[in-house]
Amino acid sequence: MTIKRTIDQIHELYASGESTPGEITKAALDRIERDNAGLNAFLMVDREGAERRAKAMNAGIKADLTHKPLAGIPVAIKDNLCAEGLRTTCASRILGNYVPPYTATAVRKLEEAGAIIVGKTNLDEFAMGGSTENSAFGPSRNPWNVDYVPGGSSGGSAVAVAAGHVPVSLGSDTGGSIRQPASFCGIVGLKPTYGRVSRYGLVAFASSLDQIGPLANNVRDTARMLQVISGHDRYDSTSANVEVPDYLGALTGDIKGLRIGVPSECFGEGLDAEVREKVEAAIKLLEDRGARVVEVSLPHTRYVVAVYYIIATAEASSNLARFDGVRYGFRAEESRTLSEMYRRTRDEGFGAEVKRRIMLGTFVLSSGYYDAYYEKAQRVRAMLVNDFAEAFRKCDVIATPTAPTPPFRIGEKSDDPLAMYLGDIYTVTINLAGVPAISIPCGVSKDNLPIGIQFIGPHFEEARLLNAAYAMEK
Amino acid sequence: MPITQSEVEKIAKLANLELTTEERESFSVQLAAIIEYIDQLNELDTSNIKPWQPKSAGEMSQSSASREDIVGPSLGQQKALEQSPDHDEGHFLVPRVIGG
Repeated sequence: MTIKRTIDQIHELYASGESTPGEITKAALDRIERDNAGLNAFLMVDREGAERRAKAMNAGIKADLTHKPLAGIPVAIKDNLCAEGLRTTCASRILGNYVPPYTATAVRKLEEAGAIIVGKTNLDEFAMGGSTENSAFGPSRNPWNVDYVPGGSSGGSAVAVAAGHVPVSLGSDTGGSIRQPASFCGIVGLKPTYGRVSRYGLVAFASSLDQIGPLANNVRDTARMLQVISGHDRYDSTSANVEVPDYLGALTGDIKGLRIGVPSECFGEGLDAEVREKVEAAIKLLEDRGARVVEVSLPHTRYVVAVYYIIATAEASSNLARFDGVRYGFRAEESRTLSEMYRRTRDEGFGAEVKRRIMLGTFVLSSGYYDAYYEKAQRVRAMLVNDFAEAFRKCDVIATPTAPTPPFRIGEKSDDPLAMYLGDIYTVTINLAGVPAISIPCGVSKDNLPIGIQFIGPHFEEARLLNAAYAMEK
Repeated sequence: MPITQSEVEKIAKLANLELTTEERESFSVQLAAIIEYIDQLNELDTSNIKPWQPKSAGEMSQSSASREDIVGPSLGQQKALEQSPDHDEGHFLVPRVIGG
């Protein structure tokens, strides 16, 4: 296993002159080159660019440390985030040759903070999936056991951190796509409040649910990443103009009196016994450290997957209409008419899961079914939002499992989309309500596979979540 | 709710997809299972609930969401066309739209 260094540790090496950004970046690139054939975490590695940028930082690194929170830190980004000049595929054939002419705001902020982007990571095509098996470029593998999935859709970003390629990475989370792979790979992953981080330059899947967030080996590095990428952006009208607090400063580890809400609906049928045991033990640990456990209710938990797969697919069917072979990406050869070109491009360009979701989304929005499905789902979504408001009257943080099971084997669920969707039960509701949530490791299964616990907070209370996670990590 | 292959074809047409025969067969089975699952929402009485609406930018913000309307730099024609599979003289090229 590779030695995993924290951002603080790397910065100490820079401060003492023991190492340089050029050396650390080269070491990261060498590890990626060594491991990628086996793990398939990266779809593209920018060795030349990363080494050049890192070396250029060598001379000024000590000065940079005073004002650049990610000075000389190698970072991986999910391949649905645009970075000018770096191929961005969304793990889809339809964008197989796409080189974006602009950079996502979150990525630009990382670069301004001194980060070195080393490459783009694998995902389920267009972030649709929970295993990274739906990639047009092959599945990523879990570094804990390569026969198992790393989770998804930000599987490559989770593997890159868990395998020690980079200390931190960026993912995106529409229904659990940061938190579930973090849980499956034994690392920390945070889905910020909707609007906390600009979505400009993130290829849209479901615009009312998508949010960019960090994955890291520990809570401090997660907090530092969130600090850098948060804030209002004039290029995303849904990014919130809400003050960004000092997330690192919030990490006191003091949780005396913190009220932890435990919803019984998230600990019942369908939850793996080992996951339940580890998550309950983690809650007990927090209680021992001064937190108070209170019962709360999320009464509509059994409906959340249904609501999610109506709303997310409806938005996806609309967002993915733009892939038509005209302005960018792949175009099918030798079509006689424009409409034939559209259909053949999309048929050949999209994979099975993406087509399935476009079909479902088109169905729930189609005339005659709109009220019964799409509008019904939006009504139940309003009920879910209200459930959280009620629960947060009684508690400060809600604790649930991140996923109902430990990681599963590659291929185990690939023929049964509904079984795969049901694995999202604890994560999708957070996106529907727009609240923030973090997944942190809370144990390993008897098969030596990681298990994660999820903390959920009210809107814009990421600092509270990070501190609860920090208290557990200590 | 069972979903027939002709319904699958109709949805595919709306979605600008062609689909192979195998895909039509597997999707009709899989979509039927998913739709049967999501039909459980009918257990809930939502007649008095208003559909969820996104918060406006103003509601999300501490200050007004409006800004001065100032012309800034944009992508430019060359960069905008660069990623196109086929373009000529500042235009996107596509197969014929009418007839054929």
